[in-house]
Amino acid sequence: MLHLDFVEQVKLLDRFNNKTTTGTLYLTATHLIFVESNVPGAHEIWILHHHIASVEKLSLTTSGCPLLIQCRNFRVVHFVVPRERDCHDVYSSLLRLLRPVSYDELYAFSYNPKQNEQQREVGWQLIDLTAEFERLGLPCDQWQLSDVNRDYKVCETYPRDLYVPITASKPIIVGSSKFRSKGRFPVLTYFYQEKKAAVCRCSQPLSGFSARCLEDEHMLQAISKANHNSRFVYVMDTRPKLNALANRAAGKGYENEDNYSNIRFQFVGIENIHVMRASLQKLLEVVGTRSLSVNDYLLGLESSGWLRHIKAIVDAAIFLTKAVTVEGASVLVHCSDGWDRTAQVCALGALLMDPYYRTLKGFMVLIEKEWISFGHKFADRCDQLDGDPREVSPVFTQFLDCVWQLMEQFPQAFEFSEWFLIQLHEHVHSCQFGNFLGNSQRQREELQLKDRTYSLWAHLLSEQHNYLNPVYSPSFAERHPVLEPSTQPWNFKFWRNMYHQFDRTMHPRQSILKHTLTLKESNSKLEDTAHTLQAKLQTLGVSTSPLELHSWSREHRLPPRPQSLILGAPLSRKEAQQEEEVLGEEALEDAPDGNGGERTVEGSSATENGYGELQSSFSSKNEPAMVSLEFGVARMTC
Amino acid sequence: MEFSEHIKTANVDDVVLKLPLRPALKGTLCVTAHHLVFSERKEEAGTCLRNLCKDLRILQFDIPGMEECLNVASSIEALSSLESVTELYPFFHRPRELSLSEPWGLSSPQQQYAQTERLWDRWRLSKVNRNFSVCMSYPRTVIVPCAIDDITLAKAASFRQGGRFPVLCYYHRSNGMVIMRSSQPMTGANRKRCREDELLLQAAIDESEMGYIIDTRSAQQAQQARMAGGGFESKAFYHHWRRLHRHLERGKVLQESLIKLVEACGDPSQNMDRWLSKLENSKWLSHVHSALSTAGLVAECVERDGHSVLVHGFEGTDTTLLVTSLAQLILDPASRTFRGFLQLLEREWVQAGHPFRQRCAHSAHSHARLRQECPAFLLLLDATWQLGRQFPLALEFSEVLLLRLAQDAYASDYGTFLCSSEQERCALQVKENTHCLFQFLLRREEREKYVNPLYEATDLAIWPSVHPQSLQLWTGLFLRWTEYAQTMDEAREEIWTIVKERKETDRPKGCAHTTLSRHDSFTNVENLMDELTVL
Repeated sequence: MLHLDFVEQVKLLDRFNNKTTTGTLYLTATHLIFVESNVPGAHEIWILHHHIASVEKLSLTTSGCPLLIQCRNFRVVHFVVPRERDCHDVYSSLLRLLRPVSYDELYAFSYNPKQNEQQREVGWQLIDLTAEFERLGLPCDQWQLSDVNRDYKVCETYPRDLYVPITASKPIIVGSSKFRSKGRFPVLTYFYQEKKAAVCRCSQPLSGFSARCLEDEHMLQAISKANHNSRFVYVMDTRPKLNALANRAAGKGYENEDNYSNIRFQFVGIENIHVMRASLQKLLEVVGTRSLSVNDYLLGLESSGWLRHIKAIVDAAIFLTKAVTVEGASVLVHCSDGWDRTAQVCALGALLMDPYYRTLKGFMVLIEKEWISFGHKFADRCDQLDGDPREVSPVFTQFLDCVWQLMEQFPQAFEFSEWFLIQLHEHVHSCQFGNFLGNSQRQREELQLKDRTYSLWAHLLSEQHNYLNPVYSPSFAERHPVLEPSTQPWNFKFWRNMYHQFDRTMHPRQSILKHTLTLKESNSKLEDTAHTLQAKLQTLGVSTSPLELHSWSREHRLPPRPQSLILGAPLSRKEAQQEEEVLGEEALEDAPDGNGGERTVEGSSATENGYGELQSSFSSKNEPAMVSLEFGVARMTC
Repeated sequence: MEFSEHIKTANVDDVVLKLPLRPALKGTLCVTAHHLVFSERKEEAGTCLRNLCKDLRILQFDIPGMEECLNVASSIEALSSLESVTELYPFFHRPRELSLSEPWGLSSPQQQYAQTERLWDRWRLSKVNRNFSVCMSYPRTVIVPCAIDDITLAKAASFRQGGRFPVLCYYHRSNGMVIMRSSQPMTGANRKRCREDELLLQAAIDESEMGYIIDTRSAQQAQQARMAGGGFESKAFYHHWRRLHRHLERGKVLQESLIKLVEACGDPSQNMDRWLSKLENSKWLSHVHSALSTAGLVAECVERDGHSVLVHGFEGTDTTLLVTSLAQLILDPASRTFRGFLQLLEREWVQAGHPFRQRCAHSAHSHARLRQECPAFLLLLDATWQLGRQFPLALEFSEVLLLRLAQDAYASDYGTFLCSSEQERCALQVKENTHCLFQFLLRREEREKYVNPLYEATDLAIWPSVHPQSLQLWTGLFLRWTEYAQTMDEAREEIWTIVKERKETDRPKGCAHTTLSRHDSFTNVENLMDELTVL
């Protein structure tokens, strides 16, 4: 089905400096691969077709036909193909490949990580939401599991299992769901046991200008009654007031405080998906500019509004957390349909309230619950199938960004590192695993994902040593069960390691994360060695001077060397190849080279930084021997 | 001493002290000659608050009684801007554990010269400035090309502003290239030239070589400087030197930038856009950017292209020093060690005559617009911090040292940053009557606090990224008093523990090894015994 297999002599231009690499471009059914030519240990770039957001053919230049590819994981590659016809072939093949029209075409259905059926099943059972609600103490005397949505009859975008107040009878639920957009009636999503306060979520009411619904009012009453600590329940409308008002004209809107007894209504002001999409686009435009000045960067950061939006979400989550943990009040969160901003705020709020979600597994549970099961439209938002571009929006990316901001403020609170967030982001778009496919649980069941694809959680857990935060401290969680982040604007920063994850020159040249991980690893190894040595001695019946050793029963772990630009190059070539086999789609941009005798530190080099164009200042003079700006040090050494 | 004249009210009771993010304290405020002492009533422990918080801290005292308040205010005003250097606190600071007879300072040009044998073919030590007659702001000895005698030096000095003729400040061991610094040549409007100056520069490089002159002014500024008697090296007379202009802000512009930044950091508004626009408006990060990229350019000339470099701006006491010292940090592994960094500062800032007294007099909160005030040194510390962020393993010292230096440059217990030049220091006998900060910091118990746990020496140059995305606001300094980053400190502690743990686990391993080898011989004996029994 492909027009061609490979093109030779393709040039890859670096986005931020004048570096070019020549190599061969291969097109496979799943990947676009660029391999640098004529270099031992050549570096390769693997781009999954699903990651490609857009392909652009720029106007012809003397050296060939430029092809600009922008990826959803923020990689931007600029190829120059020598012959125009080849370029067009690549271009048109890609255009067809990156717009799958049916789910069956997605990578997940052909991806096979060499696991057997049983392993696959086990993988899908790793994250269990029933167990999660049990952990929260549910069901309890005030909240029960309802079977009303067993067959997705009441709300097809909700999961089957829903927790509602015991006083909410089936007619009330059904009535309430009729009054809510897309039938998404109020259900429990998090339970704060200490104060018996619940976080509930729903969509906007169909109130229009004056409509009301007794069942819905009863529903809120029931939620309020289920919590004896507070006389009222907060209703957080996460939209700006203006948007909510505008919705009234369409027969939707927000709760009228006069109709609902015991509610406190609050707007939070997070913008909608269209504003967010434009904001990220603007941000990427700004930071993608070559030789950007500091002032233009800061101005661009401001005018994109991205950090303002991030702050708004964190502010909302803090409001939610305070209401629940300090006031002990239950909170009902909604936006328009209750699957974008609501998911962001509920998930982030839970992360602030419950240390469990700050562990690796807990975070998976959180995402499974708030995002996957409650029907965040991953397929639409991440553009998995060729669909309406107006439905695409970086809502989940934004959530990960918020989590990163918290990690920056509380370096010891999270069991996982930012590398984990970046991997999640990668796979939300990769369509390599079944977890994020489709828009709702119902759709996922119809697609039989559990039988036909593999679970990302199993994959991530199998290599969890890569994602651990070396300074994570479980005792921190005991001292700070509830996080109270500062909301001063300077605490919100541009997440360079996400949005520039493939731009090598941007990153710190040495990584604290990688270094401490390696240190920790070698610490435990040393202790292991000492331990085995001592054991050996004992078996031989020699009593040695007592060594101060703690008994270490930790199982032997793989060396934690995540392969990522932000963490620097892997330590050995062999390791990189191993990783390549395992990860398959992972980009191997930083494959180390064998000779490695260049005077640079982890990819640090003068040429890439462009302190000044020495050459240009000499252009008037004819002194070729004077300045030698060859591309010698451009490659990464390790 | 007539400090008592300045002190109108020595003691005030019932004062409320308000600090950002902390509960207000009530107690007694005492004004002494050098300190404001505030003691909380409940506990006897007195909090010692130095001068008027040039370290960007804001303390708010609520003092009962208008008159007393005014008295305290004017006392503080007077005491915080004492005219005479010898009245300052370092002349009175006499901690028990330090003695005045201890050595003062870490290095001298003589030592630097003696340690670098490879310098000896081409460079010599000159004592032309032994009584500070040639250049007021240079130390007594400087390193200059062998081929140039002292008379020529003196003539060249008369052609440079303030007598700051080109001297060597860094020798790059791998290729023998050097970095020199000077002030601008006084070519003036009618393009004067000075043969001695030309000879001096020519003697610094080989016939066949080329050198770069990095002028820290824009080409336009350099042209304009001619009207005021200054100027630049013209191509016609300095054949083997190429001039590049890299504009670095200095003086008032830099000071205003700092004031704006500090003001922005004190803004309680929660508004994101407002913060970003204020940050942009202060331009501080742009200055950090240009300092780093100019230093990168200098380092690139030396290391990659193999050319010697002369750096100068106007007086050669601010941006020049900023660029030369940053370039050395990039190139020279020795200057990235704890001691090496302090030596670098001593050489390139203290001895090279950065006028600390004028530049670091009042910091950012001062209302008086002082013409001479300029945070060039702070900018150096910030740029160094950026280097440390990008190369967390490359610097032996941590952010804490930079913060300490930032504080001490403005107000210190030690004499190191007093005065503006070696000459002044000699005249006031600073070395005899004060303690040396650098020596103090190197004491083992102090040093512990300031080292970077992750340090791993590397011989390579550390090229910083100068993309705006790679630069960050130094929150540790600018938000030091507004946000207490406890979580960060705890994380740092944790890293310390991991590193220490490593050192500890290293030890038992070695121990186990020795026991094992001892044991091998045991097994040998056992085997022998077995054989014996078989026999």
